[in-house]
Amino acid sequence: MALDNKIDNQDKPSIQDMIAKKKNGKNLTSITEKVIPVLLFLIAAVSIFTTIGIVYTLLIETIEFFKRVPVMDFFTGTALKPLSQNPEFGVLPLINGTIISSIIAMLVAGPIGIMTAVFLSEYASERVRRTLKPMLEILAGIPTIVYGFFAFTFVTPLIREVFPSVEATNILSPGLVMGVMIIPMIASLSEDAMTSVPNAMREGALALGATKLEVTFRVVIPAALSGIIASFVLGISRAIGETMIVTIASGSSKNFTFDITQSMQTMTAYIVEVSGGEAPAGSTIYFSLYAVAMTLFVFTLLMNLLARYVSRKFREEY
Amino acid sequence: MKYVDTNQVQKNMNSRLIKNNILKSVFFLATIFGLIVLAVLIFRVIMQGASWINMDFLTNKLSTSPDRAGIMGAILGTFWLMLVVIPVTLILGVGTAIYLELYAKKGRFQGFIQTNIANLAGVPSIVYGILGMTIFVRALDFGNVVLAGGLTMSLLVLPIIIVASQESIRSVPQHLSEASYGMGATKWQTVKNIILPAALPGILTGSILSLSRAIGETAPLVVIGIPALLIPFPGGIMDKFTVLPMQIYYWTIDSSLVEEYANLAAATIIILLVLLFLLNATAIFIRNKFQKRF
Repeated sequence: MALDNKIDNQDKPSIQDMIAKKKNGKNLTSITEKVIPVLLFLIAAVSIFTTIGIVYTLLIETIEFFKRVPVMDFFTGTALKPLSQNPEFGVLPLINGTIISSIIAMLVAGPIGIMTAVFLSEYASERVRRTLKPMLEILAGIPTIVYGFFAFTFVTPLIREVFPSVEATNILSPGLVMGVMIIPMIASLSEDAMTSVPNAMREGALALGATKLEVTFRVVIPAALSGIIASFVLGISRAIGETMIVTIASGSSKNFTFDITQSMQTMTAYIVEVSGGEAPAGSTIYFSLYAVAMTLFVFTLLMNLLARYVSRKFREEY
Repeated sequence: MKYVDTNQVQKNMNSRLIKNNILKSVFFLATIFGLIVLAVLIFRVIMQGASWINMDFLTNKLSTSPDRAGIMGAILGTFWLMLVVIPVTLILGVGTAIYLELYAKKGRFQGFIQTNIANLAGVPSIVYGILGMTIFVRALDFGNVVLAGGLTMSLLVLPIIIVASQESIRSVPQHLSEASYGMGATKWQTVKNIILPAALPGILTGSILSLSRAIGETAPLVVIGIPALLIPFPGGIMDKFTVLPMQIYYWTIDSSLVEEYANLAAATIIILLVLLFLLNATAIFIRNKFQKRF
């Protein structure tokens, strides 16, 4: 049959020929088929190179820093005087500032975020939920520099009106504003966790005579706890890495203090201060930038890994 | 014989219901707390900055004198930055998503890239700034130009567009690509002609969202080193530049020296927020208009 066809249509290639030609693999289509996967693989590898790039640059310069400043002095030093005659590079004031601002932020974002999540997932009607949720997401889309401006020119003066002893740059105001910034993140992640609790469990409790409030606290929140904790940890990680709000509103005092009415510097704000100015490449203060950035990177990485671990390990399966 | 004391039950019930109702209001107040802050923030910024916005402010060059200062340079800088970020993130983001969803064998390596992307999304933006300063500004010696800033921003927002594109590609139903294979199309032909067009609305939405993140981000550019008072306009990707958020930053921290700078910062914030609003509105429009339900 095939032979007959070939004789009949001399000028047209037979299907057989076409298949044979395709198997040869010399035409454009099959070359494309071979090149594209390689190309896409190389593109996907960019994300890995980004990670390698971050770790490599931070590590190399951090090692250089620790050749000049002993590791112990860096991690246990309570004095940070990079510009003085006898410079001291203790990172504790920065870690202290970072932790305190994050605690303030979480004191705002934690309760309000979880209450928002409860309202949206347990109490609000579908219509209310659909109006409120996108509006909350606007809050997450506001650039951090705008929050910084708000903290510095509105919240701080407001606080100072009530408590005149508060300094013009203090850790309290950026901490509070940072909290507002993190609310949508905690609310939306916790709400996801709560809505994924099966309705049968709620109905069971309701049928036993529990009120909605009791259902929320005795059934829904315990069942969604892993997701809620993960959202908290991610919120903390976000607060630790936040830069512009604290840079603008908390000043650059490097005192080791627990007084939230005073100026404190966070790790991120220190990086901004040093990189934005007077540090010539190769000086110890320049390398300290990388050591602090490395500490920051490790902090947030651990938090993110912890969040993932919590939400995987302690997830209740239904 | 009565098994249940009705009065007692009634009494207990009442207090429990009251508690429920009170806390419902508390939860509602907590929900709108964020919105109230948002309203105050926007109201405050508009009150302070709206009267400063006029043609001169939009078209003038930067100046130390508040009355003559304009943000044309920052607007152009933001524009040039977008011109770098859009193609780079589209190629890298969509390429990675196609590879992960359609080409990579499900296994350890694919899982590794996926975890890596999730971790990159959690890296603070300022760390990307340090990466950009070390690699693009110093090692490759671009200097603090648009290209260096744009590449840094691209890496920063890459996880957003990758994840969005992946979700979009995943939601293209199997039977479309199977029909394409059944017609004799090769894999790449199927990807190019069937899957990508169907996934395009989701990809565009994701890329606009990542773009608006790049436009509002400040920290990486501070580290890269953007001059505080840059007079000449940027004319290409190898020029020094400033962007809207950087201008807000400098005017805010200098507002303790010159009071009017705070108003200029507020006016610039209005422009930035309008720009972001337009971008997001476009994203929502694309999502509603072109998203097909299969």
